[in-house]
Amino acid sequence: MKNSSYRKERMDRGIKARADDIFAISSYKEIAYLVLPRFLFIVFILLVPILGQYAGHYWQGIIVITCIIALLTLSWTFMFSVGLISLGHAVFFGVGAYIAGWMSFEFGLSPLVTIPVATVSGAALGALLFYPVLRLRGIYFALITFALPLFMMRLIEATGYLGGTAGLSRLASFPSRMVATYIIILVLLIVVFGYLRIQDMDYGLVLRAIRDNDLSVYAAGINVPLFKAQALFLGALPATFAGAFLTHHYRFVGMTAFALEYSMFPITSAVIGGTGLYPGAVLGAFLLTPLSESLRAFGTLRIAIYSLVLVFFILRLPQGLFRFIQRKYHQYERWVPIGKE
Amino acid sequence: MSDVPILKVQNLSRSFGGVKAVNGISFEIGRGKAMGIVGPNGSGKSTLINLITGFVKPDKGAVFFKGENVTGLKPYKIATKGIVRSFQQVKPFYNLPVFKNLIIPLYSSRVKSKLKGGSFGHRDESAMQLLEEVGFERDSNLPYKITGSLPHGYLKKLELARCLSLEPELILIDELFSGMSMSEIASTVPILEKIVEEGKTLIMIEHRLRELFRVVDKVIVLNFGEIIAEGAPDQVMEIEKVREAYLGKEGSTIA
Repeated sequence: MKNSSYRKERMDRGIKARADDIFAISSYKEIAYLVLPRFLFIVFILLVPILGQYAGHYWQGIIVITCIIALLTLSWTFMFSVGLISLGHAVFFGVGAYIAGWMSFEFGLSPLVTIPVATVSGAALGALLFYPVLRLRGIYFALITFALPLFMMRLIEATGYLGGTAGLSRLASFPSRMVATYIIILVLLIVVFGYLRIQDMDYGLVLRAIRDNDLSVYAAGINVPLFKAQALFLGALPATFAGAFLTHHYRFVGMTAFALEYSMFPITSAVIGGTGLYPGAVLGAFLLTPLSESLRAFGTLRIAIYSLVLVFFILRLPQGLFRFIQRKYHQYERWVPIGKE
Repeated sequence: MSDVPILKVQNLSRSFGGVKAVNGISFEIGRGKAMGIVGPNGSGKSTLINLITGFVKPDKGAVFFKGENVTGLKPYKIATKGIVRSFQQVKPFYNLPVFKNLIIPLYSSRVKSKLKGGSFGHRDESAMQLLEEVGFERDSNLPYKITGSLPHGYLKKLELARCLSLEPELILIDELFSGMSMSEIASTVPILEKIVEEGKTLIMIEHRLRELFRVVDKVIVLNFGEIIAEGAPDQVMEIEKVREAYLGKEGSTIA
């Protein structure tokens, strides 16, 4: 009865309207409204390793894995925003991991050299690998990306190069776990805010337009394959970094670098956090990874629980957690009776 | 120099399967002229534009732009040379605000160098000016809306603005008026007239002949991928073959 005669109304908060424009700098309250969420995010993420010390050795490891998945999710989201839907993000992760591993194993180079080189060259290699199929769109591109990590895995297995099935072990490591954690957290922050910046640049608009309609971008006199390749390179950077980083963190690289979970975790994190949003990508990864780790105690049952969580999000919150939170922050809701003014 | 036609199409052909969509079409158009292409549905008008702008590769024939062979070049290369086109089915960037739609053409190498600075919002002012040219009111909130929420007529105008933003020399317009209201058409015709007055060359596909004939001074009529008539608008429509193509054999005697 009551439900049928009321409807939910949403309106922007007054402070949202006031903080929308340059006038936001007119008062501390409005500045805080805009800056505080970002500030709290940065503070939280910088405090995580310190808090992790109290949680024990095991959870410290999970912080690193969480950041790895967050980086992969950010990378996936960037490609998604250009219309390149990747089902095989492990290929970027694995290429980065193997380049760093090989350089460290063969030449004994320190992570200080191998990680930057592996990040850039891995992303370039990834862009090169995909260049012939860049004119494909949507599901066709996705299918090819799905095949590539499997291909790489079998290639290493069959040829026995790069350590074959045994992998490369006893690689150089970071000075300490704390240093490693802070390195990856800093990179995570740079990537989040860097991508947000690119998104709003004119260059980023061109990339987003490709996702909307690439024929129209052609007609606008823009070399679409070139921009797609650039997007692939920029998008692959965090993934290859994550791979190179984890290689040195574990002091080992093996065929598991191309494992399915490095392809699937980014996608599920993106769905939970809000597909296409960079803060959502981080949020999704920071919820999903610890959850998945804590479910390890349930054995194989964790896959079932994990699936239920996914089903819940797809049915109840298809727009993702971050958009939900954003809406609550910017708007208020109230029930208004239907039929009265 | 000036006697070189801005666009010269030679024996252009393309078939899809067994269908000869465009079959040996040749014509040329001088600088600053306006030409109409008419013909019944499926007569190859849109394919002709696709062939000229590089979206479809021709089987045979050649396209010359200012005496330069542009046959089979990539669409973006042709666009940066100064041949732009609009699409019959509008293809805006639905997820961007309306004025940000024009940032994309403004980013192409043809006009990029003319705009100073330019990584973060420097092109917004140029975009707003272009929108004003095609009839978006600057003071309304229309330019700031998400493109997906715009009425169809405005999307058509946005197509036109995208063409103009590339500072083209030759504009090919594919059925701009379809889906527009009468008042929108009435307000768009002067814009097209102004484009021609400014010395740009215009080729229009159009089914609304009354409005088309206000803008163009020459018409070619296509049927089954071939030119069946060409000449001044009024003369062409008197030709029996043209009436037949449009209205059918019996219809031509009634009309």
